[in-house]
Amino acid sequence: MSTENTATTELDFNTPAAKRHRNLRALKDKMASGGIAFGGISVIVAILLIFFYLLYEVAPLFESASIEPWQENEQQIAPYSIPGEGKTLYLTMEEQAEIALRVTDLGQLVFFNSRTGEVIKQETANIPEGAEISSFALASEYSGIFALGYSNGQAQIFKHKYRSTYPDGVRVITPQLAYPLGESLIQVSDSALEVLALNGEEDSWTLIGGQASNLAATEISLTENIITEEIEADTSRISLPNMNIPAQKLLLMPDRRWMMIAGEGGKLGIVDMLADGGPKVTQLIEATKNNITSFELLVGGNSLLISDDAGTTSQWFLVRNEKGEWLMRQIRSFENGTAATTSISIEHRRKGFVTISEAGQLNFFSTTASRNSLTAAIAQGNVETIALSPRSNALLVEQNGQLALWAVHNEHPEISWSALWEEVWYEGYQEPEFTWQSSASTNDFEPKYSLMPLAFGTLKAAFYAMLLGTPLAICGAIYTAYFMVPSMRRKVKPFIELMEALPTVILGFLAGLWLAPFMEVNLAGIFVTLLVLPLSIIAFAYAWACAPKSLRYLIPDGWDAALLIPVVMLATVFSFWIAPGLEQLLFGTEMRYWVTQELGIPYDQRNALVVGIAMGFAVIPTIFSITEDAIFAVPKHLSYGSLALGATPWQTLVRVVMPTASPGIFSAVMIGMGRAVGETMIVLMATGNTPIMDVNIFEGMRTLAANIAVEMPESEVGSTHFRILFLAAFVLFLFTFFVNTLAELVRQRLRKKYGSL
Amino acid sequence: MRQSFSEWSKTGAPWVWLNAGAVAICLIMVVGLLTLIAIRGLGHFWPADVVQATYVDQGNSLRLIGEKVQAEDVPATQLRDSGVDVPEGLESMQRNLIKVGNRDHGGTDFIWVLDDLITDRSKPEMLFTAERREWGNFYGYLRGIKEDGKLVTSYEGYEKTDEYLALWATLEKRIERALDIYSDIEDIEKGRIGSINYKLERLRLQERSLQLKNVTDPAKYKKIDQQRAALDAEYEGLQGDLLALYEEFNRDSVTAEIASGKIVEFKVAHIVRAFLPNDMGLGGKIVHYFAKIWEFVSTDPREANTEGGIFPAIFGTVLMVIIMSVIVTPFGVVAAVYLREYAKQGFVTRVIRIAVNNLAGVPSIVYGVFGLGFFVYFMGGHIDDAFFPEAKPAPTFGTPGLMWASITLALLTVPVVIVATEEGLTRIPRATREGSLALGATKFETLIKIVIPMASPAIMTGVILAIARAAGEVAPLMLVGVVKLAPSLPLDMNYPFLHLDQKFMHLGFHIYDVGFQSPNVEAARPLVYATALLLVAVIAALNLSAIAIRNHLREKYKALEM
Repeated sequence: MSTENTATTELDFNTPAAKRHRNLRALKDKMASGGIAFGGISVIVAILLIFFYLLYEVAPLFESASIEPWQENEQQIAPYSIPGEGKTLYLTMEEQAEIALRVTDLGQLVFFNSRTGEVIKQETANIPEGAEISSFALASEYSGIFALGYSNGQAQIFKHKYRSTYPDGVRVITPQLAYPLGESLIQVSDSALEVLALNGEEDSWTLIGGQASNLAATEISLTENIITEEIEADTSRISLPNMNIPAQKLLLMPDRRWMMIAGEGGKLGIVDMLADGGPKVTQLIEATKNNITSFELLVGGNSLLISDDAGTTSQWFLVRNEKGEWLMRQIRSFENGTAATTSISIEHRRKGFVTISEAGQLNFFSTTASRNSLTAAIAQGNVETIALSPRSNALLVEQNGQLALWAVHNEHPEISWSALWEEVWYEGYQEPEFTWQSSASTNDFEPKYSLMPLAFGTLKAAFYAMLLGTPLAICGAIYTAYFMVPSMRRKVKPFIELMEALPTVILGFLAGLWLAPFMEVNLAGIFVTLLVLPLSIIAFAYAWACAPKSLRYLIPDGWDAALLIPVVMLATVFSFWIAPGLEQLLFGTEMRYWVTQELGIPYDQRNALVVGIAMGFAVIPTIFSITEDAIFAVPKHLSYGSLALGATPWQTLVRVVMPTASPGIFSAVMIGMGRAVGETMIVLMATGNTPIMDVNIFEGMRTLAANIAVEMPESEVGSTHFRILFLAAFVLFLFTFFVNTLAELVRQRLRKKYGSL
Repeated sequence: MRQSFSEWSKTGAPWVWLNAGAVAICLIMVVGLLTLIAIRGLGHFWPADVVQATYVDQGNSLRLIGEKVQAEDVPATQLRDSGVDVPEGLESMQRNLIKVGNRDHGGTDFIWVLDDLITDRSKPEMLFTAERREWGNFYGYLRGIKEDGKLVTSYEGYEKTDEYLALWATLEKRIERALDIYSDIEDIEKGRIGSINYKLERLRLQERSLQLKNVTDPAKYKKIDQQRAALDAEYEGLQGDLLALYEEFNRDSVTAEIASGKIVEFKVAHIVRAFLPNDMGLGGKIVHYFAKIWEFVSTDPREANTEGGIFPAIFGTVLMVIIMSVIVTPFGVVAAVYLREYAKQGFVTRVIRIAVNNLAGVPSIVYGVFGLGFFVYFMGGHIDDAFFPEAKPAPTFGTPGLMWASITLALLTVPVVIVATEEGLTRIPRATREGSLALGATKFETLIKIVIPMASPAIMTGVILAIARAAGEVAPLMLVGVVKLAPSLPLDMNYPFLHLDQKFMHLGFHIYDVGFQSPNVEAARPLVYATALLLVAVIAALNLSAIAIRNHLREKYKALEM
């Protein structure tokens, strides 16, 4: 009784304080569990986020376009009746897509609100008495300059432009009509201007017009009168010969050398205006078997788009052949269903266009990517005119005297699988090519986003690095793990692993600033060293084997590597010493000159060999360390058994140890490869970063990673270029992740296997 | 012991030797690389002798003064092609790169000359070198000192005489005086005026913020105006001080004779250091050497980063790494503890482990791209919208900066910490944990009091390895925050002291930028080697300490395992 009492008084676990304390501890424990689980999971989620975020940035590239009726204050706007009278000759919009301009065949130029149809400003062309408007010509959407041709052979040139002001912080856009070539009429031809073409720049313009088989050209040059500051136009007429092709439509390229004539039955005539002996037809082609319905120049004015009444639109441009002649060639074509194309609108900033068919089917095309980013039926029956806004975010559609405004979402039409990975025939190129050229100064530039040269460069750099790094690392690891004395191994292994931590920026800087110039002078020396080193090692080894025992026993087994250090150093020095004489003997000059002059191989100072050596250096420790572990982990009893049966150490290694360790070596090579592919700084500094596709060891390359480092800081957020760089990063991510996972799985299986042994 | 070659090769011995050769080559490559960096990096600070010589080229005789930097052999054919008259029978000629300095008079710092055309080499004791704030080094003979444009003392002649030494002593005194004034000017310009500008900018933002919130209370605006007026007044006062100091600063100038024999004049104020390299004893050279090393690690860069020190880069690297480790340690440890101690071991944890392992192998540039897109543009943009509307349209956090760089590198290195910590946790014997639990401790108490302390060396190893990786990583930083020249340090005396939104300088990027983007690569090269040496030394030290800790840890658990 008493013992029980004392026990309870001495050890009462259930006093209120103890209970409270216990509850508190339990609570703390629970909270900690929750907190750690939350923290742990969120770190892991953060890591996964990389994958999903890259995907999120890349995804819009491959989204197709969409179109919907324009919304204003969340209200869909209804079609309105078309302002102005007459038939539409030209329809366009300004930058913000707020104001549209319509030019009619009655000479009305109407600026109106694109959402409501309310007329903002209306002007009338100065039509000469007794004449009427018979043709229309546009210089380019970008310039806003267009011409009206009259039936008396005269033409007038206009430019629409807009000024933005911000009274009270609200944007107000005021449209303006200007006359860049003066307000007076220009006599282009003596006959009616049934067809008309216009092009030029700043102070020099050319107009070509007339009747189907009777064309005349007028050149206009502008000079500013210094005193009155008025612009004066000097015109000069050039008579054109009969072109043998009745013109239905006419176009002039911005260089004003090439004129294109669309004739009946799909005929296309190309006229060289600057040919010797005056303008002449250089080509007469049957562009299509059907009738041509639209005939337009793509932005930049280098490509011709021909639509026919069978629903096909084809892209043509001039290609130089071997003789140096320029020939118009069909490059690619786009199908708009089977119905005739009734109207076409050219994008103002990108190499793309929109067509609409008789059936009211709308198609968005991009020429570089040869991609149809959208097909949508937006109308019933015949649509007269469509017009894209400069930012390609709005589309005006005219049908039966009604105008409708549509919102367009077409962010990245220029990207498709073929644009990224296949050969593309770019404007002005002789043949389809893989090219990476992401930016230029002008708007007319066709961005070339082929990832092939970059992927090629990446693999080339990795290949040369692996070529140099793998044998050294694996051989070194074999020796260290299997033959070296433990005391030396303990020192050598951490030392080589320390190399892994060496910042790659240092390797890259040495490769670019020290190795590259050194190699340029001592190219022969490098190759001689590659040859002499193994020979001298074998020679020394044989000499050592033949040496008297008393000398050999001075050095215990497993110290061979230390013995070889002076040998390797002497052999290297010797190689560089004999190299100049040797190259004089073999090539008669320096090897570098021989390579460029005799073999005709270009030599860059920062080339693949430099990258191979520097990056080989970077992958050696990775491969070495994993291979060494794999070989060292092979159970000792296997090799003891083999040795006991009389195999030499080398036979044991090749027949017993290596097969067992081979999955480990494979994973080491994989991981090394992953490192070489993703390495940025070394390639950035040790190559010229030119995106070329050439296996030549003496030329440079540009890799995916280096390309990101070079171009990312300058790239506009959300642009196609920006997303493509994300795509490059995503490709790198996937590649290394895949390779590493493979290596890891192989390694885990290997571990299991050893466990069973 | 003689044996035939074929017999010998049958044993496989040649292969063994070739493998041994591979190890030898690897070792030589590593050692050679480190030696190369060390020699080039450390050699730069040693005061080189300045040589005077006569250079005869096509009948013209020129006096050359400069330091020999490099020599190379050029094949005769190449020389003949470029129009040099090479004697028959010569296969190559030696060509020397001479640093002649005096960029303000000759146009270039360096010239190549053929060794054979140089005669009358001498090392006059009275040739002096002046390191200047602009136009690079000056080499020449001291001729006089001017004060306010009037000649104070002068000397003609090339011999070491008392008179000359007196002149030299005067120059040294005046340089010292100018340097004192310079530090006062620096103090006002960078410190006090910088601080005033910073405060003015904050006032502007406050005012803008009030406007954005539609506050109409005039008292608040008035308060800001008063503060601004006070700051403006203080600024005016400092400007006056500065003007006076500058007048004093620019008082003296030096006249000197350059290689061409011309007498030129430049301000004493521009001189950072002047010395007589050929007249220095070994002791003097050693003192000079260490002074230069100290200058290198403690001062700001000059002349587009090609001269002077790298202090801001060291500072930026260290600060970034500290912030990174503050972020990476808790997250990495928590994730590892979760994976090892709390999560149910099974297929999912295995997959996560492989994924974490693999992330260590994902190219660093991918992290940079992610950091730029997600942290800088996405998160930074939202932070700006929410907290810094007054600064718009200038971004605050929506642009690359210190914080995003640290977070990006933390993400890059978190797998390293997770893997190392997990390894540490697995090494702790089960019995230890069970002992603690059996005594009534909760799981959390066991973790905090038993497991984590025992695993702490492993955690340390992980963090050190993470730091070593982060310190050497450049590619992602190029996208998320480093710049070639930051106007101020990200840590200063202005509230809030640590400027996480600022851009910073970094040692690795400094190497890339100076080595490859610099207008004067030749002059910058030695500095790049020195910077590389510093970076290698720091990273090697970090790694060696990690290895030492790891070994210590293993010893400790050997005892535990019994």
